[in-house]
Amino acid sequence: MTPSSTLETLRTDKRIVIAATVIIGIALAVLPFIIGSGLGNSWLRILNFALLYIMLALGLNIVVGFAGLLDLGYIAFYAVGAYLYALLASPHFGLHLPVWVIIPAGAALAGIFGALLGAPTLRLRGDYLAIVTLGFGEIVRIFLNNLNAPVNITNGPQGISGIDPIHLGGFTLAKPISLLGFTLPSLHAYYYLFLALALFIVFVTIRLENSRIGRAWVAIREDEIAAKSCGINTRNIKLLAFTMGASFGGVAGGLFAGFQGFVSPESFNLMESVMVLCMVVLGGMGNIPGVILGGILLTILPEIFRHGSGPVQLAIFGKILLDPEALRMLLFGLALIVVMLYRPAGLWPSTTRRREFRGDSTNDELKAGE
Amino acid sequence: MSSTLLEARAIDKHFGGVTALRDVSLTIRQGEIYGLIGPNGAGKTSFFNVLTGLYHPDGGELIFAGEKLQASAPHKVARLGIARTFQNIRLFGNMTAMENVMVGRHVRTHAGVFGAVLHDRRTTREEAAIRRRAEELLNYVNIADRADDLARHLSYGDQRRLEIARALATDPKLLALDEPAAGMNGTETASLRELIEGIRKDGITVLLIEHDVKLVMGLCDRVAVLDYGEKICEDVPSLVQKDPKVIEAYLGGSIA
Repeated sequence: MTPSSTLETLRTDKRIVIAATVIIGIALAVLPFIIGSGLGNSWLRILNFALLYIMLALGLNIVVGFAGLLDLGYIAFYAVGAYLYALLASPHFGLHLPVWVIIPAGAALAGIFGALLGAPTLRLRGDYLAIVTLGFGEIVRIFLNNLNAPVNITNGPQGISGIDPIHLGGFTLAKPISLLGFTLPSLHAYYYLFLALALFIVFVTIRLENSRIGRAWVAIREDEIAAKSCGINTRNIKLLAFTMGASFGGVAGGLFAGFQGFVSPESFNLMESVMVLCMVVLGGMGNIPGVILGGILLTILPEIFRHGSGPVQLAIFGKILLDPEALRMLLFGLALIVVMLYRPAGLWPSTTRRREFRGDSTNDELKAGE
Repeated sequence: MSSTLLEARAIDKHFGGVTALRDVSLTIRQGEIYGLIGPNGAGKTSFFNVLTGLYHPDGGELIFAGEKLQASAPHKVARLGIARTFQNIRLFGNMTAMENVMVGRHVRTHAGVFGAVLHDRRTTREEAAIRRRAEELLNYVNIADRADDLARHLSYGDQRRLEIARALATDPKLLALDEPAAGMNGTETASLRELIEGIRKDGITVLLIEHDVKLVMGLCDRVAVLDYGEKICEDVPSLVQKDPKVIEAYLGGSIA
């Protein structure tokens, strides 16, 4: 290829990228109005939760996908962020700090918790690390459950209610916002805030992935001893992965508390950790678009099963044979198995992983041809 | 001869009741190619692992370029300027050849999280320099055409070369190669030999573990022989080959 034609392709590539960005941008901007008017507010809430889960999945992806450290207690950081918001902006302590203080504080505190989890587990890998992190997640939940005596900090199993909705520049997102004769409903306002922060987290993750730090994470995943011999301080780099991943969880947690208005230890059980891990693995471990896809699918699919299975059963059998709630988990499990069987690298693996699998398949073809 | 680069003083290493290294002392001079040979299980790789901080020695000390090496701190050893390859190749298999070498630059670069996220001028410049140096090194070891392939898809010989490129990326003063010619055919070994000689010409001291006696004798300035964890001989190749203890322990009573 001549230099000028390469330049030409580069220019067209750039044009395609710009066009795609504009189209996606417009789609994301009008999405809440389409869903809100077409499917109703309950789906808009689900959409908002999908954005929270995307943030969580991207955070966990740093630990599991990039650095290869299996973390089964990730939801603890979500809990830390959520409870920090609940304690600093609710009648519980009578504190009502602004959101731009709480969310960064939640990210920082969750990051500290991430380092606390990371420090004693530096020498562990794989199954052993999974067990310890699982324990950590449960410890945090049980603490939240029991820190109501002798001094009532977390209000125990009842949780904390009446949490302040998120305020931004004099507007509260809990009520429709009227600006210049245009009214933005509350759920829509939350959507734009969550979208902005999710995009910010995507941006940070992409930048980290293509950096010296990101390469060091992947190197540790691939071969820790070789990474050490290349001069990587594996202790610090692993702690950094735990801290960064946890801080994303802390941000999502704070937003969750402000959005929901209520937190209780119930919301942060092991199943939630597993769910976020499934998003990462199913979407395509280590690949940012894949993880985002995993977050969206695993938030929305169970809801489709929940809402859809009742009417479908009624239409086919004339009555509801299986409880939609039970069926939801059954179908979810089935979906997981099918994906793992047919797309073991995830639904949307990274190009390198795709190449890796393609390489293997050519080898298989060669073997088959022999 | 020029000055001493590495001095090992009475290194001991035990694994339970098994002695891997006993009282091993050796001196490597600046700019030489130093061979370390010995029968299987003689303690060559153990010595490498102690040297590069992967093993904690039970006794003795290592002085490198005037500084005492801290045990159990491989990344500090790398920072001081010792790079290594592994007997059973240890590449980052699911990273490209290019990325593997870029990881080698880690220890000589500084960008942190904020630099990575903000992409300030210093970080972008550093990142460009990392990429440029990695390209140079891939060229240097002659695998530039495989830059975008996953390390695990490279041929065996290319993987060995890539590992050397990654080690060179850390700007080492001493390059420790653990059986680089293992499994290579005659042509590959010959070009490896050229590569090692080129590395020495660039001013990097080479420590070489190798089973290929012909390669060691032809390439090395001095050779030490380990047997059952003890150094039994250290001299120029021509004299090592004539040493009766070496002949008995290693060459099986006759020289090929």
